[in-house]
Amino acid sequence: MTKLTRRTVITAGAAMAGAGLHSGPLFARDAAAEGEGEGAPNNVARVRLMVNGREHQVSLDRRTTVLDALREHLQLTGTKKGCDQGQCGACTVHIRGERVLSCLTLAVAVQGQRIDTIEGLSPPQGPLHPMQRAFIDQDAFQCGYCTPGQIMSAVACVREGHARSDDEIREYMSGNLCRCAAYPKIVAAIKQARGLLEPA
Amino acid sequence: MRPFDFTQAESLSQAAMLASGTGQGQTDAATQFLAGGTSLIDLMKLDVLRPRRLVGLSGLRDANERIELNGRELRLGGFAKMAAVARHPLVLAHCPAVAQSLALAASAQLRNMATLGGNVLQKTRCTYYRDATWAACNKRSPGSGCAALAGFNRNHAILGVDGSCIAQYPGDLGVVFAALDAQLDLLGPSGTRQIPFTALHTLAMNRPHIETTLREGEIITQFRLPVGALTRRSVYVKVRDRASYEFAISSAAVALEVEGGVVRQARIGLGGMAYKPWRSLEGEQALSGKPLTEATMAAAATAALASAKTHGFNDYKPELGRRTLVRALQEAQAMTPAREA
Repeated sequence: MTKLTRRTVITAGAAMAGAGLHSGPLFARDAAAEGEGEGAPNNVARVRLMVNGREHQVSLDRRTTVLDALREHLQLTGTKKGCDQGQCGACTVHIRGERVLSCLTLAVAVQGQRIDTIEGLSPPQGPLHPMQRAFIDQDAFQCGYCTPGQIMSAVACVREGHARSDDEIREYMSGNLCRCAAYPKIVAAIKQARGLLEPA
Repeated sequence: MRPFDFTQAESLSQAAMLASGTGQGQTDAATQFLAGGTSLIDLMKLDVLRPRRLVGLSGLRDANERIELNGRELRLGGFAKMAAVARHPLVLAHCPAVAQSLALAASAQLRNMATLGGNVLQKTRCTYYRDATWAACNKRSPGSGCAALAGFNRNHAILGVDGSCIAQYPGDLGVVFAALDAQLDLLGPSGTRQIPFTALHTLAMNRPHIETTLREGEIITQFRLPVGALTRRSVYVKVRDRASYEFAISSAAVALEVEGGVVRQARIGLGGMAYKPWRSLEGEQALSGKPLTEATMAAAATAALASAKTHGFNDYKPELGRRTLVRALQEAQAMTPAREA
């Protein structure tokens, strides 16, 4: 029997809702419908994405961001959609080893480039990544919605060498908002993990 | 977001040919280059920009992001990432103001995405431009008016404005480039050319939908910055409503060459104040040949803001601009520049 998790419930729910209304994922279907008529460009592209060391071939509306591709097409829902306009950092992933905002990155523009998400940070059955462990140890979240973005950003912050002081951590983590205001504990978590991460 | 065609360019010359529809400096051209995308994708999601075609430049990044010193010229690739330039030892040593302006801009994630070329080309824009539900915006809909003139204009420009648009140029790096005589290398369908950075942006002049002097299909391939004693004593001071990840409400780029207590050369750029990246020749002239004192700094600040025109909520800006400039001059005076290599 499949182990029941929050993710399997949500994913299955989304698939059932989609089956009732459309033949494909909600987002892609809506986008394609909008693109029809008045000589609009043919908007579907075959896209090759390299995510967490695995290659995926997907048919996507060209307007699809990496964030929506991950969540709606690859079922990698760890990366969160907050503001969807580059202001909150919830969607932070690593592309070519650098932290970037997946909500402002078109999937067609990063084909074949290495993308790393929160799901790839530690092996499925293995121990947690030191930054994940530190966030738990330091209680560095409340609702948890911003946490995957915080952790991806924090890992990069340490690798960049920008975690040498509390002030520096705050400055270089300013692109990740936390509406629960867990900021002091996020700083504490980064300080716990910084000595355990390998430099870039 | 509206549908668009997408072509990933495989060379600069191919990109320039593909992009013959970029118009001549129009903000709303039917073809747009996609580099870092941090501004373009945002404005497309808001339905403010509606390009029919995007020409992707990300595949050309590696070949056009060099940072090097050639004699007395610092060369910065047009595709270099903000983050890479902000931390580069050559930039830190020869022109700290460039590094500071970048490190204080946007967020760490955005600085990993945005290129220098895209950064200086970010739109002169305001909240009324970004919100398409406001009908009156001459930049978004030419001839429709300006909602900001009698609107909430607290962070709107006071220098270089006219009745057609009072948005402010929101960038930081551009302010430094304007002050320090940066030159641009451009590549277009009919070849290459060079222009001074100060000739890139235009004033609104009743056509704020045209922002630059770029010709169709032109790409910024490189920035060239003359460096020396002047630029090694340079600073960028940025004043914001919050401590980080915010646009300036006021900023100043200053470079000084002082000999025997007298200013041989001063350079002044102002941000958060003007419609375009602003160089203040008036402020510079007020300091030239004078000793650097509280009185001469104040005189330079008064001269730099003399032509300010405010619109109510931004009445505070001239005084803030003057104080920001004085602080930047004091910091430049106090700094210990890197020694010449």
